[in-house]
Amino acid sequence: MAEAVDYKVIGSRPIRPDGVDKVTGRAQFGADHNLPNMIYGRVLRSPHAHARIKSVDVSKALAMKGVLSAICGADFPGAQHGEVGGEGGGDVADVAKNVMARDKVLYHGHPVAAVAASSVQIAEAALEAIEVEYEVLAPVLDLDLAMAPDAPLLDEKCFTKNLPEPPDKPSNIAAVMNLKRGNVEEGFEQADVIVEGEYRIPMAHQGYIEPHACIATTNEAGQATVWCCTQGHFEFRAMTSKILDMNIADLKFVASEIGGGFGGKTVVYLEPVAVLLSQRSRRPVKMVMSREEVFRATGPAAGTHCKIKVGAKKDGTITAATAWLAYEAGAFAGAPMGPGAMSVFAPYDLENFDVQAFDVLVNKPKVAAYRAPGAPQSMHAMESTLDELARELNMDPIDLRLKNAADEGTQAPYGPKFPVIGLRACLEAAKQHPNYTSPVPEGAGRGVAVGFWFNVGMQSSAEVHLNENGTVTIIEGNPDIGGSRASMALMAAETLGVEYNDVRVLVGDTESTGFSNVTGGSRTTFATGMAVIQACEDIITQCKARAAATWGVDEDQVEWLDGQAVPAPGVNAELKPLSLADIAGNAARTGGPLLGRASLNAQGAGAGFSVNLADAAVDSETGKVDVLSFTAIQDAGKAIHPAYVEGQLQGGAAQGIGWALNEEYIFNADGVMENAGFLDYRIPVASDLPMIDTVIIEVPNPSHPYGVRGVGETPIVAPLATMANAIRSATGVRISDLPLSPPRILDALERA
Amino acid sequence: MTKVQVAASINGEAVEFLCEPQETLLDVLRGTLGKTGTKEGCGTGDCGACSVLIDGRLVCSCLMLAAEAQDVEVTTIEGIATDDGLHPIQQKFLEHAALQCGICTPGFIVATKALLDKNPNPDEETIRYWLAGNLCRCTGYDKIIRAVQDAASELAYEA
Amino acid sequence: MAKVVFPDHLLATTQGTHELETFAENFRELLLQLDERWPGCAERLAKCAVAIDGQIYQDAFLEPLQADSEVFFMQRIEGG
Repeated sequence: MAEAVDYKVIGSRPIRPDGVDKVTGRAQFGADHNLPNMIYGRVLRSPHAHARIKSVDVSKALAMKGVLSAICGADFPGAQHGEVGGEGGGDVADVAKNVMARDKVLYHGHPVAAVAASSVQIAEAALEAIEVEYEVLAPVLDLDLAMAPDAPLLDEKCFTKNLPEPPDKPSNIAAVMNLKRGNVEEGFEQADVIVEGEYRIPMAHQGYIEPHACIATTNEAGQATVWCCTQGHFEFRAMTSKILDMNIADLKFVASEIGGGFGGKTVVYLEPVAVLLSQRSRRPVKMVMSREEVFRATGPAAGTHCKIKVGAKKDGTITAATAWLAYEAGAFAGAPMGPGAMSVFAPYDLENFDVQAFDVLVNKPKVAAYRAPGAPQSMHAMESTLDELARELNMDPIDLRLKNAADEGTQAPYGPKFPVIGLRACLEAAKQHPNYTSPVPEGAGRGVAVGFWFNVGMQSSAEVHLNENGTVTIIEGNPDIGGSRASMALMAAETLGVEYNDVRVLVGDTESTGFSNVTGGSRTTFATGMAVIQACEDIITQCKARAAATWGVDEDQVEWLDGQAVPAPGVNAELKPLSLADIAGNAARTGGPLLGRASLNAQGAGAGFSVNLADAAVDSETGKVDVLSFTAIQDAGKAIHPAYVEGQLQGGAAQGIGWALNEEYIFNADGVMENAGFLDYRIPVASDLPMIDTVIIEVPNPSHPYGVRGVGETPIVAPLATMANAIRSATGVRISDLPLSPPRILDALERA
Repeated sequence: MTKVQVAASINGEAVEFLCEPQETLLDVLRGTLGKTGTKEGCGTGDCGACSVLIDGRLVCSCLMLAAEAQDVEVTTIEGIATDDGLHPIQQKFLEHAALQCGICTPGFIVATKALLDKNPNPDEETIRYWLAGNLCRCTGYDKIIRAVQDAASELAYEA
Repeated sequence: MAKVVFPDHLLATTQGTHELETFAENFRELLLQLDERWPGCAERLAKCAVAIDGQIYQDAFLEPLQADSEVFFMQRIEGG
């Protein structure tokens, strides 16, 4: 149970243990690893957004000098069915087909074949020698057209799931979801004011700076080792074993340092291909994506079309709300329409609502998670509509939200009652923040919006090794994307009662540590932290037993205080405390090396709410938006390392601002992305942003020993509507479609 | 194609290497020379992860042919720390938590060195525009800017 | 009696039942009961997350149910 405590090290800002290697260039990222004798793999990608594959002939490529293997879809084992996990509930068969097309290509860039050769240049030349016969089909690129009953189909065997009656015709709508409560018709009748809005958000990419990269090596015993950048090497191992029909025990995955993921590196792309090429060529195969490949052929975030209707009384009480949310899944089913539907009204205590959500196939890359998948899109729609509602009611936008805010005991739209949450605390903090109470700068507009994410727990394992000198080494299985090693060390040091610098943290590979789910889902500090804490508690128990043996007393006469075994009150006070070094020094005599462990499926992840504020100025001649100030307020439960919590808030804000102002996939009529590079897929640069003010609210999560709530995903949710609302204030015009790029703004200003 | 022989100085060390005519300096640094501290984020000069100094000038090494390195002094991230330890820029990046995943960090540190060598007392706007060629997706730049400001003060104090 | 609620997208599995009340010691027992009622549904339901008295479980199994527990089936969340 977390109480208001003065922690010894938790809440401090020490330098991260892996920091020196990262500022000197020593740290090994995905493409930094090399093996002797290695060759290079390259992928042949579909030039068509939609086509049947009539034949693939790799023989001419294989015959070229320097080419050691060449494969295509037919070389993969028949795809097995099974759950891959995650919101989409995507079938392993779909992931397998996404890794290498079988009978159809479903997006421009879809892998069709691959070669491995002694140099990248030879591999590239070999791709050109591969002959593929396509029957080109018309691409389906528009979300609404894809949903129409007469739309060309991506998959003739796709029948809409979750309809009350099973459908008799296939459809591009892979699944629907409906959440409802009460009676919205009656609710709207009770309303004094009704506001509606329709919003479109484009497909966007997570934009991690490190392209996907891996190196796979195999042997004649059927064993394979893969180094790769990944958010989850255990999950990659599982996916690869299913796609290649290999025994998990024969697959070793080693996570390199990772240059960003944000959800986009929770899915395999290159790894099964590299393993298969390595098996065929009997050489280690290195594969690195180009930036263009990352844009065209990994997993961007779903574009959406959303419609919201909200009715409220004059005093701001919302009486009814409806949401219609259509999400692009891309080439295969699995858009995050479920979480989008569950989150859209989550911050509010509503009696009457109706949410309809759709998972829609289009000829674009298969979407993957991008921080809080589904929520930014649906909540942008709701938060923008609430902004208009506040204007209609002549009510302060924060007050409107306070009037309807969910709190402990409120029934969430997806069913359960919320335990203690920090939404009100964030709203109150926002209302009193100088960035809200200060006058809006001349010519600028101010925007507010709320964000939310469920956060998850899931499975983690940890070990604690007591070294002979009393220092401690933690081994866990979560790639360190944003300073998690530092947080693990802080939680271990706090639990053990030792100095931060006496703790080392290691991220083990799949053979060296126990199973862990991905670094993602805002779960690492929460769930892996919990495992680390429990492993430390395990070793404390063992240390107390060793101390008892050393002193010749019963175990229940020993306590643990400030990193030492001490006699319990009333027991022989002459006994000198035993430090970890003392206990380790005597370990051989008292029973051998000391090893603590824990593994768990963490329960009780606490939801994370946020409120964002922004001031924006719009140049009416160029349409350029200047972000004058941005404030991210979020409930972290307890900030283990405040600098890295602030970092999550600021990083997510920057991504959300980019998605709001400039980022979009621009497809031509043939389904080819026209801006597949950082020049024209414009993410925020240092000169685009001001300092990002942060406020960490701490409403402790009772389920975590130190009160932690996950913080990684919520930050991307609110910025979209915050910017839209700020621009609405600045210009007087509601621009409903993102991004709010200069041409769109100028167009809207002209038409106003 | 015949390889090109190049003699250059890299981080103060005389280096000779053979390269293909079309290989970039980035390819050679990371491949032939095994200096993987310089990163490839895009290969088209848009992200700055491959930033190096060429005779003190900030350059994207993915936009320069390896053959062009003949007789130049190349500084990479591996050459920023000295025998005395981390450079103040590196130290401040650590203290300010100015890195999360760390992939853009070598590029930022090299770019920052180029800035502070040229302009020891830049204001916030100057820093932001100088570093606009270095993309970071994790931090939102706030802590990076603060680290650079602090490094500038530290270097001024030491001067 | 524990209250068990199914979201709309599971109504095909529960043959239209949106809500029911029952006694069960733990979640495993509840699943067995539901499977008896609608044979084969346990497989589908086991793939759901479930909220028991406000606490969301991705993989519920032996979690105890109280006499007045509220159980909501929902879609699993992983995140990114």
